[in-house]
Amino acid sequence: MTPFTTLDGLAVALDRSNVDTDQIIPARFLRKPRSAGYQNFLFHDVREAEPDFPLNGRAPAILVADANFGCGSSREGAVYALVDAGIRCVIAPSFGDIFAGNAGKNGLLTVVLAPDLAAALRAQLPASMRVDLPAQQVRFPDGSVHGFAIDAFRKRCLVEGLDDIGLTLAHAGEIAAFQDADRAARPWAMPA
Amino acid sequence: MTAPQATPGSETSTAPRTLFEKVWASHAILTREDGTALLWIDRHFVHEGSFHGFGMLEHSGRPLARPDLTIAVADHYVPSHARTEPIRDPEVAGMITTLRRNAERHGVDLLDLDDPRQGIVHVIGPEQGLTLPGLTVVCGDSHTSTHGAFGALAFGIGASEVSHVLATQTLWQRRPKTMRITVDGTLSPHVAGKDVILAIIGRIGAGGAVGHVIEYAGSAIRSLPMEGRLTVCNMSIEAGARAGMIAPDETTFAWVEGRPRAPKSDAFAAAVAAWRRLPTEEGARFDRDVVLDAAEIAPTVTWGTSPETALPVTGVVPDPATATDAAKRARIADQLDYMGLAPGRPLEGIPVDRVFIGSCTNARLPDLRAAAAVLRGQRAVVPGLVVAGSVPVKRAAEAEGLDRVFRDAGLTWGEPGCSMCVGMNGDLVKPGERCAATSNRNFQGRQGPGARTHLMSPAMAAAAALRGAITDVRRVA
Ligand code: SF4
Repeated sequence: MTPFTTLDGLAVALDRSNVDTDQIIPARFLRKPRSAGYQNFLFHDVREAEPDFPLNGRAPAILVADANFGCGSSREGAVYALVDAGIRCVIAPSFGDIFAGNAGKNGLLTVVLAPDLAAALRAQLPASMRVDLPAQQVRFPDGSVHGFAIDAFRKRCLVEGLDDIGLTLAHAGEIAAFQDADRAARPWAMPA
Repeated sequence: MTAPQATPGSETSTAPRTLFEKVWASHAILTREDGTALLWIDRHFVHEGSFHGFGMLEHSGRPLARPDLTIAVADHYVPSHARTEPIRDPEVAGMITTLRRNAERHGVDLLDLDDPRQGIVHVIGPEQGLTLPGLTVVCGDSHTSTHGAFGALAFGIGASEVSHVLATQTLWQRRPKTMRITVDGTLSPHVAGKDVILAIIGRIGAGGAVGHVIEYAGSAIRSLPMEGRLTVCNMSIEAGARAGMIAPDETTFAWVEGRPRAPKSDAFAAAVAAWRRLPTEEGARFDRDVVLDAAEIAPTVTWGTSPETALPVTGVVPDPATATDAAKRARIADQLDYMGLAPGRPLEGIPVDRVFIGSCTNARLPDLRAAAAVLRGQRAVVPGLVVAGSVPVKRAAEAEGLDRVFRDAGLTWGEPGCSMCVGMNGDLVKPGERCAATSNRNFQGRQGPGARTHLMSPAMAAAAALRGAITDVRRVA
């Protein structure tokens, strides 16, 4: 996974809420191998249906949306499409939980900003802006700087580009001990 | 956001606990300071779409940790036409072949196309007795929330997490907040689990439960059969919830007993004893509480491209002009434009071009019975597809003659799978066509590019088939 530190790039506003992952990548593209590259599937049908869709003719590094971005299907293909299209950060007032988890696993930073702040930012776009993950700050095009919160662990994985399976397997002893105790406590939990 | 949380279930804590807290605590192998826990996973369901997860596992050169706790099923891409006919699209066929290869290579039990247990993953898990109260259940599919109807902690995961579970049988999870949604009172006739959950999402919104696990409680929820509870929990994700849960009770235990993979005899008795200790204790605290009156829930349909656009069928299409702010105005206008609807139009009477009765939300036996009860002896005026959730459901429906009711009404009786819910197998709604569907998502393009979806219960979909328009089932039943 590509480490994420500081990002300067073009940000584009997507002035809508509840952007679901079916819109981000329609289902029929999910059977494509990852090696094919997912960038052309990003918002495929919306881009065709809406000639003035904000991503048409632009290649931003940052996307700023309204609430509940990435809701719906768990398809990690939505994150692949964003990442393969060069988007490294999505900013919104809230995210679908599964989408946010998938994003973190692929080096895509999700930044939660309060609804008013996110709206103020969208009003300044398209324009260049900065996202500083180590400092947990975003700098708007107008120069104002705003902090954001992020889980310490998610931050560390992004900044260091860590593979979390490796980290988990470092706890193999604890996992084995848990399994032994659990087998005794819940013998019925195994499939018959 | 990263504030440390009290460890639930710690020996010193005597505070009353919720169902969620108990299941979480009994699966937390270790908990980090920020409240993120490494959870043990009891059941991992995989399907054709899990190929990315298998790919990552193989790329890392790691073995599958627990093939015995991994269950594979072909559902998303399986054809609804006769299984004896070949699958025309080689890419679709390839998805099933890949699943077969991965299951074989890793020693995973596969419910393949010709398996008498095959069906949609969220139907077969409970049906086979693999889903049980108090378990953690994950699958690379957002509607894994369905399994919470048994009092399991069940949630959807992405491909990277699938590979993590394959490699370790564990998952890192940030501890979600809790929300209780209480529905008290008596549901009116022709109001089903689907209407309950649509009404809930209409109330709290598509992002209303983001970051939360919902516990559904109250007399109306307890009165639902297991299938109705599964419908309710299925759509938890449509409110943004991490998971939905319902406390196990006698209805649950009776439903589980005797299922093929459920615990047997002494083990079953021990399990029930443990399951009786799961329900939320009196006085336990939730981060949020929402209360609905069952008597106020009517047969419900959606008008837009988010499940939160649910309204009683007696309602009208909203007018953007009445929205409180510009963003909401634009959002309503965009949806009306996509759906081809004018503001103020009564929902009842909106013409539909086809009907789909199926999906992991509403394709269990009582769902098919409810639809058949409306259709019996009558003809549909629009084409429709009825797809049972699993082979056992299909066989049971046929034994009762339900397939005849559907066929005599002029509808197509398909082979079990996800089918037109998502159209991955080629069962698509045509651009601009309007479909009355019992599935869970009315997103733009969900049933095919340009397709317009109205979500509703099986009985309501059957009524729409008879009239060729959205219809209040109370008028035809
Ligand atoms: S029926 Fe639809 S919602 Fe359910 S698992 Fe299949 S595709 Fe997903």
